Amino acid sequence: MEKKFIYADNAATTAVSEEVLNAMLPHFTTAYGNASSIYELGRNAQRDVEIAREKVASAIGAFPNEIFFTSCGSESDNWAIKGTAERLAKKGKKHIVTSVFEHHAVLHTAEYLEKQGFEVTYVPVDEKGLIDPENVRRAIREDTALVTIMYANNEIGTIQPINEIAEICREKNVLFHTDAVQAVGHVEIDVHKQGIDMLSLSGHKIHAQKGIGALYVRRGISLPNLIHGGGQERAKRAGTENVPAIVGLGVAIESACRNITEKAEIITPRRNRLIDGILKLPFTRLNGDRDKRLPGNLNISIEGIEGESLLLMLDMYGICASSGSACTSGSLDPSHVLLSIGLKHEIAHGSLRLSIEEDVTDEDVDYILEVIPKVVDRLRSMSPVWEKMMKGEKYE
Amino acid sequence: MMYSEKVMDHFSNPRNVGEIPDADGVGEIGNAKCGDIMKMYLKINDGIITDAKFKTFGCGAAVATSSMATELIKGKSIDDALKLTNDAVVDALDGLPAVKIHCSVLAEQAVRSALSDYYTRQGVDPLPIVGEIHMPEE
Repeated sequence: MEKKFIYADNAATTAVSEEVLNAMLPHFTTAYGNASSIYELGRNAQRDVEIAREKVASAIGAFPNEIFFTSCGSESDNWAIKGTAERLAKKGKKHIVTSVFEHHAVLHTAEYLEKQGFEVTYVPVDEKGLIDPENVRRAIREDTALVTIMYANNEIGTIQPINEIAEICREKNVLFHTDAVQAVGHVEIDVHKQGIDMLSLSGHKIHAQKGIGALYVRRGISLPNLIHGGGQERAKRAGTENVPAIVGLGVAIESACRNITEKAEIITPRRNRLIDGILKLPFTRLNGDRDKRLPGNLNISIEGIEGESLLLMLDMYGICASSGSACTSGSLDPSHVLLSIGLKHEIAHGSLRLSIEEDVTDEDVDYILEVIPKVVDRLRSMSPVWEKMMKGEKYE
Repeated sequence: MMYSEKVMDHFSNPRNVGEIPDADGVGEIGNAKCGDIMKMYLKINDGIITDAKFKTFGCGAAVATSSMATELIKGKSIDDALKLTNDAVVDALDGLPAVKIHCSVLAEQAVRSALSDYYTRQGVDPLPIVGEIHMPEE
């Protein structure tokens, strides 16, 4: 078997596309003007920033002046949540609703606000990794400032009932923010039609560079300034615009949202073949609903082995993947996402996430399905946990 | 996170993997909940460790430290094996990332646990010789 290189970790980050890079390059060397400068070089930069803003807006059904460029998805999340909290606390609203399996950019922000005297309700998820909108309804109180629920989960790829949640928030007159970092470019989003008040997105998940993101804030909602200084981003987030990155994000999001259905039609069957192939191994389970998930995502627990070892071995075969094991998080606890859907610690340690795009071919799928059983067999053969399982003993 | 070449070598080609069916001492340390379990088998003749094997469920560092620990005690006397410290395992592997140091402690304790079992089988109280075995925190 010839060693291949297969990148199956697009939920972690993506390569900058040729198209994006080409659009960015002039902005480093010839079109390097400061977007605040009066002369043509500066005006052109300003124009290109605004074109990018239109592209981002149009990709998610927003108006251009509802888009603020940030440095990343985490910044967008922080701004939306802390900004709303700060503003509405003055009106006596000091309660936030979120879910137990949010990205840490949301969870740790919520925990920070708890220390500042806010109350946070963490809505549970079911064993398929889905939030019941009725649980969100029940969590909303008179003093709720914000509901923040992710669009699609970063580990298990499950797509949440965003429309229903947004509808409930509108009924209850509560602001609704969603971290859509994993969803943008993979599912159709129309913030106005869907009733989303704020949405975070990130460039490097959709073939723009790292270090660029955006926050959509519906007209009429005022967030406190994030960075005080000049007049950039309507003085909400001061600092000279990162013009190349912004231009790149514009091109990337336009391209990512152009053919979502066609991409899904290519990716989903390959993803399903991977799921079915890996599930042929004994003592495995798919994490997250099979259908209500991002087209390229699969997350499978493989009992008797530990995730980091699995990733290191897959790397030897040129396969880049991810895991929810404790060892990849730097703590003793495995992924909070996998625990939230009811997995036991020892099973959560042995999880594998693959996130593929259309460049992963059918041949690549064959290769992955050839490698994984080998690697799993090898790790299980040296695992005392597997030995006990095979003897029918408990290993907890 | 960076593993040294030695760690990667011992992870990808672990030495002494397996079981010793007629082992004179077997020790197990760790728990699956925390994500690391090491099981160590020793063959002991006249106070000399003539063979050592291991099975490990855990991360790359857990496998590498188990492998290195067995290498470091094979052919050595029990007294020498009892002197094996986690630092010695870390040094032999050209270092470990800070978050992985606990793996080297597991390897050290797995050796002691197997020696403890050896003494118990000999009808000797292991406690004064081997000392307490430290199980990792939950």
